[in-house]
Amino acid sequence: MHNPGLHRFATLTAAATFCLIVAGALVTSNEAGLAVPDWPLSYGSLMPPWVGNIRYEHSHRLAAGVVLLLTAALAAWLARRETRRWVRRLGYAALGAVLAQALLGGITVLFLLPMPVSVLHAVLAQAFFSTTVILALVTGRDWAAPAAAVLDAARPSLAVLAKAGAAGVLAQLLLGAALRHQGLGIIPHLVGAGVVMGLALWILARVSGRHFLEARLLRPAAAQALLVTFQLVLGATAYLARLATQDAVQPLPLVIWPTVAHVAVGALTLAAAVWMAVEAWRLTAEAVS
Amino acid sequence: MKYQTLLPAAALTAILIAPGCGSKEGTITETPAAGGAAVTKVDPATAATVTGKVSFAGQAPAKVVLRMDAEPDCKGLHSTPAVGEEVVVNANRTLANVFVYVKAGLEGKTFEASTGSVQLDQKGCIYRPHVLGVRTGQTVSIANSDPTTHNIHPMPAVNREWNQSQTPKAPNLDKQFPRTEIMIPVKCNVHPWMKSWIGVLDHPFFAVTGDQGTFELKGLPPGDYTIEAWQEKYGKQEQKVTLAASASQAIEFTFKSQ
Repeated sequence: MHNPGLHRFATLTAAATFCLIVAGALVTSNEAGLAVPDWPLSYGSLMPPWVGNIRYEHSHRLAAGVVLLLTAALAAWLARRETRRWVRRLGYAALGAVLAQALLGGITVLFLLPMPVSVLHAVLAQAFFSTTVILALVTGRDWAAPAAAVLDAARPSLAVLAKAGAAGVLAQLLLGAALRHQGLGIIPHLVGAGVVMGLALWILARVSGRHFLEARLLRPAAAQALLVTFQLVLGATAYLARLATQDAVQPLPLVIWPTVAHVAVGALTLAAAVWMAVEAWRLTAEAVS
Repeated sequence: MKYQTLLPAAALTAILIAPGCGSKEGTITETPAAGGAAVTKVDPATAATVTGKVSFAGQAPAKVVLRMDAEPDCKGLHSTPAVGEEVVVNANRTLANVFVYVKAGLEGKTFEASTGSVQLDQKGCIYRPHVLGVRTGQTVSIANSDPTTHNIHPMPAVNREWNQSQTPKAPNLDKQFPRTEIMIPVKCNVHPWMKSWIGVLDHPFFAVTGDQGTFELKGLPPGDYTIEAWQEKYGKQEQKVTLAASASQAIEFTFKSQ
């Protein structure tokens, strides 16, 4: 049954997680990851000197603490009130993910930004955000309302296509994080961008061609395609800004803001792709059943 | 000082080259150090010197102003905007902050450990000096002369990486680097414009150019050497020199604008 309070709380958790991702992106872009050398405390206290890049790193930690509490409360609320087992499990998964994120964040500080851990921290953040978005989605009124099933005879099926789209975005975020943390060059990320764009357009073409009147599919498909397009613009802007200022003393706002926006919109893109995959799975599965 | 026998390798080399190369007949003796390793002693009478300067050719890059706007504690320490030191072209068209050292030619020789420490200060939210050289195992004493908190984060490739904070008026941090490494970048993650470079060598023949762009490597045993000049932006150059006993040889490096 639809629980408006639970839905609002899940939405609040997702919004707070998005803010946390922006805060995390600001840490990396401002090269502030090691401005606070200790963890879990900051300079041995809960409130370190509020100077320089310590502000970015400690804000990120405070935001992470808030999101951890919200996620724990959401998981507890779901455990008590949610009737669907898979949604309860998704709540537990979100709690596990945010705890793992905290641990990975601590490891990055204590072990001086080991590249694989930093990349994992970046990608798990995006995956966790998508989880909170799905929790907000499936606790909402629209999800609870009866939906007309969608017949999908095409091959590959829309559900498969949407899953591939979401997996592609996640892989692309992995490549982007590896680029950001000097684990890979730009080429794999550029190739990934082409693949993700192609999948997003394919999904949009399929939905608009065969299920144009089904808003529950059209909205996420359109959102995914629009966000991927915007991502390409932001990515190019961030890259060109860095090239143009490579002789300057970094970090510069000209580079920081497009890069942070690229990370943030990357999170939204993954959420849209997962939303598309979940809707395609739900509506076509109902049709099959 | 009690002189011991010559190193077998040094003696063999001297025998082989002596007939046709009288200019390399300098005296090198070795004495056991406290730890047991033989310490190379260079006879002052035959010690040689490499002097020189590091010139700059082309258009000097524009000075890069450091963005301290968001940090009043740092900005307030400068009456005029602080500028970056990645490339410092002196008035006489030479380069400052170039690390010049003997890269090759001293293999197998061990030199007395340096006593005393090398200072690295954080002043005006800038590392002073920007480039410094230190012996392996020698203490780098890091001070914070600023009214704000810094962290010191060397990022070596072969030495151990560490990251430590230093609040205003905190005691100096005394650190050592046990392995030779050219160069170790040091940064402050609190103030990301702060960067310094440390060259770590197991011998004392290195110098950092100053406001005249000159360097001097003195007290070298006669022999063949490779001298390298390292500049943060323009990379490395090297030259080979052959030093006779008591010789003083001048060389010049020239880095060009990119």
